[in-house]
Amino acid sequence: MFKIIKQLTSVVAMFAVLFAFSTETMAAKKSKTLENTKKRGFVRCGVSQGLPGFSNADESGNWTGIDVDVCRAVAAATLGDATKVKFTPLSAKERFTALTSGEIDILSRNTTWTLSRDADIGLTFVGVNFYDGQGFMVRKGSGIASTSEFKNGTSVCTNLGTTTELNMRDFFDSKGISYEPVVFEKADEVVAAYDAGRCDTYTTDKSGLAAQRTKLSAPDDHVVLPETISKEPLGPVVRQGDSVWEDIVRWSLNTMIEAEEYGVNSSNADMMKTSNNPAIKRLVGAEGELGAAFGLDNDWNLRIIKQVGNYGESYKRNIADTGILPDRGPNELWTKGGILYVPPAR
Amino acid sequence: MNNIIKKYIPQILAILFVVLIFGFLTLNAQTNMDNRGIDFGFGFLSQESSFDVQFSLIEYSGSDSYARAFLVGLLNTLLVSFISIIFCTILGVIIGVARLSSNYLIKNSAAWYVEFFRNIPLLLQIFFWYYAALRALPMPEKANAWFGVTYMTVKGYYIPAMVWENLNVFLYCALAAIISIIVLRNYANKLRDTQGKQIPVLLYSVALLIVLPLLSFLFGGVSLGFEIPELKKLSKISYIYEGGISLPPELIALVLALSLYTSTFVAECVRAGIEGVSKGQKEAAASVGLTPNQVLKLVIMPQALRIIIPPTTNQYLNLTKNSSLAAAIAYPDLVLVFAGTALMQTGKAIEIVSITMLTYLTISLTIAAIMNWYNKKIEIKEK
Repeated sequence: MFKIIKQLTSVVAMFAVLFAFSTETMAAKKSKTLENTKKRGFVRCGVSQGLPGFSNADESGNWTGIDVDVCRAVAAATLGDATKVKFTPLSAKERFTALTSGEIDILSRNTTWTLSRDADIGLTFVGVNFYDGQGFMVRKGSGIASTSEFKNGTSVCTNLGTTTELNMRDFFDSKGISYEPVVFEKADEVVAAYDAGRCDTYTTDKSGLAAQRTKLSAPDDHVVLPETISKEPLGPVVRQGDSVWEDIVRWSLNTMIEAEEYGVNSSNADMMKTSNNPAIKRLVGAEGELGAAFGLDNDWNLRIIKQVGNYGESYKRNIADTGILPDRGPNELWTKGGILYVPPAR
Repeated sequence: MNNIIKKYIPQILAILFVVLIFGFLTLNAQTNMDNRGIDFGFGFLSQESSFDVQFSLIEYSGSDSYARAFLVGLLNTLLVSFISIIFCTILGVIIGVARLSSNYLIKNSAAWYVEFFRNIPLLLQIFFWYYAALRALPMPEKANAWFGVTYMTVKGYYIPAMVWENLNVFLYCALAAIISIIVLRNYANKLRDTQGKQIPVLLYSVALLIVLPLLSFLFGGVSLGFEIPELKKLSKISYIYEGGISLPPELIALVLALSLYTSTFVAECVRAGIEGVSKGQKEAAASVGLTPNQVLKLVIMPQALRIIIPPTTNQYLNLTKNSSLAAAIAYPDLVLVFAGTALMQTGKAIEIVSITMLTYLTISLTIAAIMNWYNKKIEIKEK
C-alpha cells in the first residue's frame, strides 16, 4: 500500500512540473520574440523556395532579394549584424503555419496583405515592400495579346495556397469563361508543367512571372500580358500578440524607405550624422531617442542603412540590375510619382 | 482488497495519464490560439469556398461550400485509390504467378520488375511518369487517334462519352441478371449436393449477363450513343478537345505510378501465398482424380488466399495513403484541395488537418474491415 502511495505522489509531482512549465510559457508576453532572438543570436526568417529578386539562394547558400533584405534589416537593428539571419524556405502552403506555430519570427515571402489573412488567422501585416498585381504569361506564338482573347477550356497553371487561385476564379467567372486550373505546390513544378505545354497560360503575380520566365527553356518565346487583374500588396508578416516585435519589423522596413526619401544610403550614412536636417539626423540616430521605444539602442536605424542600404539600393541590387523589372513602376517613392509612402520616423 | 487495488490502480493511473496528456495538449493549443486571436470552429465548412478545382466527379464551382470542396477531394482520392487497387491487383497476381514460372525468361523478368519498381521511391516514380509523359506526349492538334476515337495528348486522355437513353431500364435488366445468377448458383450447388449432378454454371451465367441487357436494348427502348471528342482552336498554336470525357494527365500518371509500385508488393504476397501451400496438397488432390483446374480452384487457391489476403490488405492501405502524394503533381485529391487550398484560404489548420486525418483513418479502417470480412469468409471453418 505504501508503495502505491509513493507511486501516486511521484505521478502527481510530474504533472505539477508539467503544468508549472505550461503556465510559465503562457504568461510570457512583452516582446518575448525580441528577448528570444537576442538569446538565440539570430533572426528566424521565412522566405520563398526561390523567387529571383525577392528571396533566392545562390550555389553557396547566400540568400538575396528585397524580401531577404527586410529580415537583414531587422537583424541589423536588433542584433547589430545583418548577416545573423537564419532563412527557412517555405512553400505557400506552409508559410502561415510556420509563423503562427513559432517556427519563424518574420515571414518575408512575397505575401499578399488581405483582410482575412490579417484579421482571421493570427497574423499581422506590418507594411508593404512591393506593390504587385496578378498577370498572365502566354506563348508568343499563340498570338494572344490580351486576356480578353482567352477562350473556353483554357488550362491555367498556378501555385497552391495563394490569392492567385481566388483571383483567377473571380476573373474567369466575371468573364464567363470556363477554365481548367492546374495547381502545383511548388513554383518550380508550375514552371516545368507550363514549359512542357500542359497549360496554355501561367498566372501569378507579375513580378513572379517576370522572375519565373527566366527559368523557362526559351524565355523569349513567352510574353506577360499587359492586364493586371488584382491588387497584390506584398509585405512582411509577424505573429499576432507581440506588438513590440511588430513595431520593430515595421519600422525597420520604414527606415529603409525613408532613408531613400532623404537621400541617405549605405555609403553616406555616417556623414549624414552632421546633417543640418533634423529628420535626417533622427534617421541616422544622431538626434532623438527613437530606439528606446522598442528597447533598442540609438544606432539601430543607422546600422540598417549602413549594412543593408536604403530601399532604392535594395531594389536596384535585387530587381533592377538582375533584369527582372528594371522599371520601378508603382514601387517608386511618392515624391517621384510612385506610391511608396511611409509615416515619418519621429 | 489488496489484490483489487494492485489490479486496477495501475490501469486507472495509465488512463488518467493519457487523459491528462491530451487535456494538457488541448489546453496548450487553446491558450496559444487565444493569444494569437485564432478562433477554433467548424463553421467555415458552410462558407463559400471561392476557388475552382480542376477535376471533379460531382458538380462543383467556386460558389459551393468548403464542405463540398472536401467531398470533391475525397471522391478524387477514392477514385484514384480504387482504380489503382484494381490495376495493382491484376498486375500483382500476374507478376507473382510469373515469378513461379518454370520458364527462365519469364521468371527472371518478373523478378527484375519487382526489384526495380519496389526499390525506387514512389514520389520519384510519380514525378517520372508525370514529367516524362508530359514531355513525350503530343500536343492535342498533333495527336493520333487511338482506336479511332480516343486521343492521348499532353493535356489529357480524351475518350468518347456515353450518352444513354432509358438508362434505368438497362440497369434493372443488369440487376435482374445478377440476381438470377445468384439464384442459379445456389440451385446448382443444391443439385450437386443432393443428386451429384453438375451443370455448367459459368456458361449460363455469362449467357444471362449478355442476354438480359441485350433484351433491354431490343424491347426496353434503351439506346446508347457516343459523344466523340472534337478538336477546338483556343489560339493560333493551342488546341483542345471538346466533348467526351477528359482524363487529366495527373490522374493517369498517378494511377500508373501507384499501380506499378504497389503491384510489386502484391506480387510478393501472391508468390508467398502460393509457395506457402504444401506440395502434398496438390499431389493428394490430383490423386483423388481432380482435374488440374479443379486442383487450383478447389485446393490450392483457397489455402493460398488465406496467406495472401492479410498482407495484401496492408498494401491496399498503403496505396490509399500513398495517393496523398498526388499533391506533388497537381492531382486535386483530398490533400491538395482540402488540406492544401482550403487550409490556406481559411487558415483553420488544426480543424482541417484533424478532419483530413480522421478521413484517411476512416478510409483505411473501412478497407481493413472489408478485407477482414473476406478473410473470415475464406478461412478454415473448424467444426
